[in-house]
Amino acid sequence: MALPDKRGHFGPFGGRYVPETLMPALFELEEAYRRFKRDRTFKKELDFYLKTYVGRPTPLYPARKLAATLGGHLKIYLKREDLTHTGAHKINNTLGQVLLAQKMGKKRIIAETGAGQHGVATATAAALVGLECVVYMGAKDTVRQEMNVFRMELLGAKVVPVYSGTQTLKDAINEAIRDWVTNVETTHYVIGSVVGPHPYPMMVRDFQSVIGRETRRQILQSEGRLPDILIACVGGGSNAMGFFFPFVNDQSVQMIGVEAAGAGLDTDKHSATLTVGEPGVLHGMLTYLLQDQVGQIKGAHSVAPGLDYPGVGPEHAFFKETGRATYVAVDDQEALAAFRLLSETEGIIPALESAHAVAYLVKIAPKLPPNTIVVVNLSGRGDKDVAAVREYLKGKGDA
Amino acid sequence: MRNGARAVEEAIRKANERGEAALIPFIEGADPSLEVTAELLWALEEAGADVIELGFPFSDPLADGPIIQEAAQRALKNRPTLSDFLALVENLRQKGFKTPIVIMGYLNPFYRFGLENFAKQAQKAGLNGAIIPDLPLEEAKPWLKIARRYQLAAVMLAAPTTPPERLARIAQNSSGFLYYVSVTGITGARNKLPEDLALKLDLARELSPVPVGVGFGISRPEQVAHLANFADAIVVGSAIVKIIAAHLKKPASLVKAVRDFVTELKAATKR
Repeated sequence: MALPDKRGHFGPFGGRYVPETLMPALFELEEAYRRFKRDRTFKKELDFYLKTYVGRPTPLYPARKLAATLGGHLKIYLKREDLTHTGAHKINNTLGQVLLAQKMGKKRIIAETGAGQHGVATATAAALVGLECVVYMGAKDTVRQEMNVFRMELLGAKVVPVYSGTQTLKDAINEAIRDWVTNVETTHYVIGSVVGPHPYPMMVRDFQSVIGRETRRQILQSEGRLPDILIACVGGGSNAMGFFFPFVNDQSVQMIGVEAAGAGLDTDKHSATLTVGEPGVLHGMLTYLLQDQVGQIKGAHSVAPGLDYPGVGPEHAFFKETGRATYVAVDDQEALAAFRLLSETEGIIPALESAHAVAYLVKIAPKLPPNTIVVVNLSGRGDKDVAAVREYLKGKGDA
Repeated sequence: MRNGARAVEEAIRKANERGEAALIPFIEGADPSLEVTAELLWALEEAGADVIELGFPFSDPLADGPIIQEAAQRALKNRPTLSDFLALVENLRQKGFKTPIVIMGYLNPFYRFGLENFAKQAQKAGLNGAIIPDLPLEEAKPWLKIARRYQLAAVMLAAPTTPPERLARIAQNSSGFLYYVSVTGITGARNKLPEDLALKLDLARELSPVPVGVGFGISRPEQVAHLANFADAIVVGSAIVKIIAAHLKKPASLVKAVRDFVTELKAATKR
C-alpha cells in the first residue's frame, strides 16, 4: 500500500498535530497538491524550470579518485545536487511548493530556515514566481549566517529574526507556524524538509524524488544494474527521502541515512534523532525527537547547520521501524575529515551536511566487498561552509 | 469517583443559570514557581473563577503569543513535571479546593507520560480534564476514548476557519465545553475582536451539545461584558499572565493583583 495513508500516517508516525485553525488549510493544501500533481500543465511548468533554471538533471559522477583512495575495490558515484542553482537540493522542493502556492492563489510565502539554505531557495523561487516572501530565522542563526541573510534580502525577501526559545531552527519553525496560523487565508508556508503535518512530508518527498528518479535512470545507464548502497545525510531528511524513495521497492538496494553525532552521542551536543531519540510529537508530526524525560524538546547540535534539528521526517521514522533503511551517525570530526578528503581527492568541496554521508562511506569502505556500487547523495556544495571550516581548523592549529 | 467532565460542564451551566457567563481564567503553572501557582489557584477561586485553566509549560508553544511563550520559558526553569502538577491538584483538593481545573498543554509531555497513565492519575488527583491545542479531531480518537473512560473533560477547539459541519463534529466529541478560538491567530490581547464573532458564537452554541467557551485575545472587562451575552464561558489568559510577569519583582503584591483583576473580570460576566 502506498504511504502515507489518507490521514498522513506512515505506520504510527506522521499525522497532523496542529492547532485547529490550520486544519482547513492543510485539507485545502492536500486537495490542491493532489490535483496539481496530476495536472499536465503544472508538471510541464515545473519540469521546464527544473531543467532550464535549476539545471536538472544533475550529473551522476563516478568518483574514481575517491574510490582509489578508499582501496580501489568500490564503484563510487556522487549524485551532484551541489551543482543545482542555489547550490543544494532545497530548490527542488521550494520551486514545486511556490508554483503550487501561486496556482492556489496565495499572495504570500513564508518559510523557516536554519542555516539559511532553505530560506535562500525559497526566496529564489518566490522571486522567480513573483510572490512576497518572509523568512523566519533564529536570531542566533542570523548572526552565524549573515551572508545568507543578505542573500535572501538581495532576492527581495524579508528576514525576521526569532528571539524565542533556543533562537535556532526549531524556534524559527514555531514562529513560521504562528505566522501561518494568523495569515492562513493569504499565505502558503513552504516547509523545507520532509517534516511537519501531513501533507508536507509526502509533498516534499515527492518534489525531492526527482533526485532518486534521475539516479536510478543514470546508474542503470552507466552500470546496467541498480546500486547496492545509497548513502545520504539526514537532518529533517529531505535529500535522503528524495534520493531513497524511488528505490523503496528495490529490496536489493540498501539505504543508509547518516545523522550528525556532533560532539559525540554521549554528549548533549548532537542531532542524532533517529539514532538516540524517542518518539514524540513536534511541529505537527509524530516522529523521533530529541527530548528530555518529561517531553520537553532539546536543542540539537552539529558542525553542519543544516542537520541541526531535534526532529526528523516521519517516513524516516517509519523506515527505521520497518528496517527498510538503516540510520547511523558520524561526528563533527569525521565529517570535517571527509570534507577535506573530498575536496582534495575530487576537487569537490561538499556541504558539511553532505560530508557526513561521505564520512560514513569512508568508515565502511574497507568492509565492503569488491565491486559494490555505492551512490552518495552530495546534497549541497560547501561554499557556505568554508569560512566556518577555516575558523574551526584555525582553532585546531591545522590551517 | 467524581466525574471530572460533568463538573466542568455543570460549573458553566450554574453560572449561566445565575445570569452570568462562566469565567475561565488561565495561568501558566510553575510561573514563577509551583508554590506561587498554588496561591494563585486559591486566589482565582476566591475571585469567582467558575473553571480554571492551568497551563503546563512546553518548550515549543506554537499556538501562543509572546506573553505565554515567556511565561513558559520562566516556568520551564523550574523543570516542572506532570507528576508535580497532579500532586499540586491533589493537595488542593484535599484542602477543599472546589473549582474545576483543566490542564492546558501541548501533546508531547502527555504523550511521553502516557495518555492512559495521565488520565488515570488525573482522575485520582481530582483534575477535571485537559485542553490539548495540537491534538485536532483527526488525531484525537485515542485520547477521547481514554478521557471518556476516566470521565475527564476532553476540551476540543474550534476556530474561525472551521466550517460549520466540522464544528458540529468537533463539538459532539468535546466534553466539559467546546473551546471556540475567537481569532485566526495565536494567544494574546487584541484591541479589536472580529466583528462577526457574536454571529459565529451563536452558530457554535446552536451546533454544540456542550457549553461554548470563547478564548484568545480577550483581555479587558469591557470585552468580557460584551461577550457574556454570546458565550457560555469566557477564557482570559495572556492578560492575567501579563500581570504575573509585571509583578515578578514585587511578589508580595502579585497574588492580590491577580485576584483583583479576576474579580473585576468576573463582575463583568453579568448579563
